[in-house]
Amino acid sequence: MKWDWSAVSEFMPYFWDGLLVTLQILVLGSLISFVLGLVWALLMRVPSRWVTWPVGGVTEFIRNTPLLVQLFFLFYVLPEWGVTFSALTTGVVAIGLHYSTYTMQVYRAGIEAVPVGQWEAATALNLPLRRTWTAVILPQAVRRVVPALGNYVISMLKDTPLLMAITVLEMLGEARLFSQQHFQFTEPLTVIGLAFIVISYLASLALRALERRLVH
Amino acid sequence: MSTDSTQPSTSPVPGAGAEKAADPAAGTARAAGSELIRLEKVTKRFGTNTVLDDLDFSVDAGKHVTLIGPSGSGKTTILRLLMTLLKPEEGTITVDGEQLFPAPEKQVREIRKKIGMVFQHFNLFPNMTVLRNITEAPVTVLGLSKDEAEDRARELLEMVGLTEHIDKHPAQLSGGQQQRVAIARALAMRPQVLLLDEVTSALDPELVAGVLDVLRDIARSTDITMLCVTHEMNFARDISDRVLMFDQGRIIESAPPEKLFSEPEHDRTREFLSAVL
Repeated sequence: MKWDWSAVSEFMPYFWDGLLVTLQILVLGSLISFVLGLVWALLMRVPSRWVTWPVGGVTEFIRNTPLLVQLFFLFYVLPEWGVTFSALTTGVVAIGLHYSTYTMQVYRAGIEAVPVGQWEAATALNLPLRRTWTAVILPQAVRRVVPALGNYVISMLKDTPLLMAITVLEMLGEARLFSQQHFQFTEPLTVIGLAFIVISYLASLALRALERRLVH
Repeated sequence: MSTDSTQPSTSPVPGAGAEKAADPAAGTARAAGSELIRLEKVTKRFGTNTVLDDLDFSVDAGKHVTLIGPSGSGKTTILRLLMTLLKPEEGTITVDGEQLFPAPEKQVREIRKKIGMVFQHFNLFPNMTVLRNITEAPVTVLGLSKDEAEDRARELLEMVGLTEHIDKHPAQLSGGQQQRVAIARALAMRPQVLLLDEVTSALDPELVAGVLDVLRDIARSTDITMLCVTHEMNFARDISDRVLMFDQGRIIESAPPEKLFSEPEHDRTREFLSAVL
């Protein structure tokens, strides 16, 4: 096995395209999982089984089936019902939805960790329920869960290559395409491997900075 | 380690009840002596444990009533029922002529406006500055403008001697300072009744005096009604019009402090007092 620098430089234009797609999946997928996860967590606190049972059932189902199966389902089955999105859109929605079923548990733990005295103080001050959530409970809960949410971002990064299976050309997709055309596997796979490490590292740095800011 | 360096000023209280009569927004000042709180045949159970047993008592407007007794005797439960943090199994609770249980949500909110509470563990909002802790409810509940609420907060912070800590977060303050902020926060709602739930029990001993001084000040210079659960017997003696001795969910003795502390009628009261004094 020998290392061929010219293969690296030939691969780079494709690498940049793939990197951009990977980052798009990561950023948009994270945003979806952060928002949807919070929505699930709040719906699970509605004091009515008509809400908590369907939400609990659906999220449990999504959490316990493989992301790859969900990707295939959304990509191949939905069009049969007349719903068509681009591969990238489908992939972003699928990964965001899948991870929202994890983040909902993170939020739930964060909300439950807010001391009961905070609820009592809000009641004693007569704050409306909505204001209690937005001004008192959620700011404290979210602060607590930032590290855990960050771990899921890193985890999601490592799941982005699954989108290759539905034809999205993220980093691994680009590397595979290049390898098959040039019969050079070592260089492109090494380059994207390093890229994954660098992105994880930068993401964890950003996360730590955010944590520090939130703690004052 | 914080030092609690700032002592509360001893000037007359600018906030709370003293100003109530002059402030048309604060509602009608009640004639002293009329009944403000009434509990009738109130029973509260936790599982099979009866914490309050068929309890009757009432408090007149402007009076300071202290509840004493061994822990688990139901004192705190009364405050928590009045604050609607708990519901009684049986009986009725009336505040200012309006019934609290059962009552439509709107009526409960109106009654809650008349009641403020200070907790054993302060329960300040750690995500807000001292100022916002105090202005949050006056703005969102009473509809005060931000400026009005902040003026009110500054007056109250001056009263509790914490003016220079206005922009800090609770975690930057000592326990005693936090509790004084919590008192200011409760008074900012201009309640008719102030419920004090063992407000010095979680404090380091050297910080207790500062908090009690503030409360003495409020008791002396306002017409606010106070219901106070405490183990500070000297404080109870100083501020109370009446002291209620609790045991096993019942009031076993009720008397003015000078009488109850010096010549208690009930053996149980004598035992309790000799244990704590």
